[in-house]
Amino acid sequence: MKPFLRENIPTDLEEIPDAPAYEAGYLVTKNAGWRNVRPVIDPLKCTVCLNCYLHCPDGVIFRKDGRVEIDYDFCKGCGICKKICRLGAIEMEAEKNG
Amino acid sequence: MAKKFLSGNEAFAYGVRLARPQVISAYPITPQTIVVEKLSEFVEDGSLKAEFIHVESEHSALSCAMGASSVGARAFTATSSQGLLYMAECLPYAAGGRFPVVMMNANRSTALPWNIYGDQRDSISQLDSGWIQAYAENAQEALDLALMSFYIAEHKKVSTPFMANLDGFVLTHTYEVADVPTQEQADEFLPSFETENKMSLTSPKNLAFSAGPDTNTFFKYKEHIGLLNVKEAVAEAEKRFAEIFGRQYSGLTESYKTDDAEYILITLGSISGLVREVVDKLRNEGKKAGLLRLRYIRPFPNEEIADALKNAKAAAVLEKDISFGNEGTVYSNVNSALHKAGISIPTSNYIGGLGGKNISAEEIEYIFSDLTRKKSEVKFLGIGGEDSGS
Repeated sequence: MKPFLRENIPTDLEEIPDAPAYEAGYLVTKNAGWRNVRPVIDPLKCTVCLNCYLHCPDGVIFRKDGRVEIDYDFCKGCGICKKICRLGAIEMEAEKNG
Repeated sequence: MAKKFLSGNEAFAYGVRLARPQVISAYPITPQTIVVEKLSEFVEDGSLKAEFIHVESEHSALSCAMGASSVGARAFTATSSQGLLYMAECLPYAAGGRFPVVMMNANRSTALPWNIYGDQRDSISQLDSGWIQAYAENAQEALDLALMSFYIAEHKKVSTPFMANLDGFVLTHTYEVADVPTQEQADEFLPSFETENKMSLTSPKNLAFSAGPDTNTFFKYKEHIGLLNVKEAVAEAEKRFAEIFGRQYSGLTESYKTDDAEYILITLGSISGLVREVVDKLRNEGKKAGLLRLRYIRPFPNEEIADALKNAKAAAVLEKDISFGNEGTVYSNVNSALHKAGISIPTSNYIGGLGGKNISAEEIEYIFSDLTRKKSEVKFLGIGGEDSGS
């Protein structure tokens, strides 16, 4: 049993931990649907200072292959990253399907 | 082992000290105050190495204990009556989070009218919160229960918080001789608290997370199974306890002369001592009376009740509780146990001891004689029932 359940909602009692406690990523409920606007990073302006990472209240910003990326499954679109970015590398774009 | 002259509260405090909790968070309330005072003295004199946290309310007391449990510490709190109701929001939180906190509750009436004396309406109103509920009869059992409660709550198959109930004043404030085990014996009995359900730097986890409609039932089912496993954990704890301390307890219930009894009184807590004396008196008069004491009411001893009552002609439930507009809750639960077992005998409910009112031996005798009418009825002792004529 390993936490991969972002796409796989358990339907079996055996897959459920006894207490509501498990490694990150387990039994998560995506909250992308809460978002009206999404932060988009311009990689040409971004210097990977990670200030946005430090301020993201949901911990959805991460570094990968020397770039900053956002996990859109769990970004609520609050825009704090845009406000905190001193380089103006993050823009909020309207979600097309609401 | 040393004999000491202790009140119920003090006896429980000695039991808690032997269990070596690492965190105690509590707010004082009559008639619980002394257990907390005693523990603070133990911490002060160095005989108990625990973090004693004075909190500003009972809601905080249990929140704090839960927080301690969530980093893997053994945590204790205590309350009573209005305090228990004030922490009510946190009760299912601790149970659902599977944090095996131990709490002593000094059973006391609930307002209004304001009243500080003992009845069991406070804890019984919280039966659905997911906590184990046990009721001690005397100071010795209180002490022993304090020690065993940690073992049972922390049992791997249980992992559920434990509410140990002591009748306010009648048990919390009266003095009896009790055996206090040595720390070496207690350490042999109770292993240190180990859990995977904690914040950890080596194995980081999400704790106390949300679970939506798709998975919530799984968690609630597991919580239910955890409570049902208490029966096995109690048996294991009591066997181990008897081997080390030489005192044997009897599981979720205690039967007294029920084997051939025609009329059985079911009750819980400190009143059981007096019922036992009345049973003896009636037995001397040739009347086949018996007592079934419920030591635990969560999990509810369905099988034990059905087994004890299978040959009885009628049964009474005497309880210090009323679910207004219906009947005593213990009575409802007992009737359900009998119904599920296919036992169809008249059962009557006697509501007594509310707001600390004394229940006399004469009243208990009256209950046994009243049962011979073989009719199901709900009565308030000293007032009567719908057609009691008393």
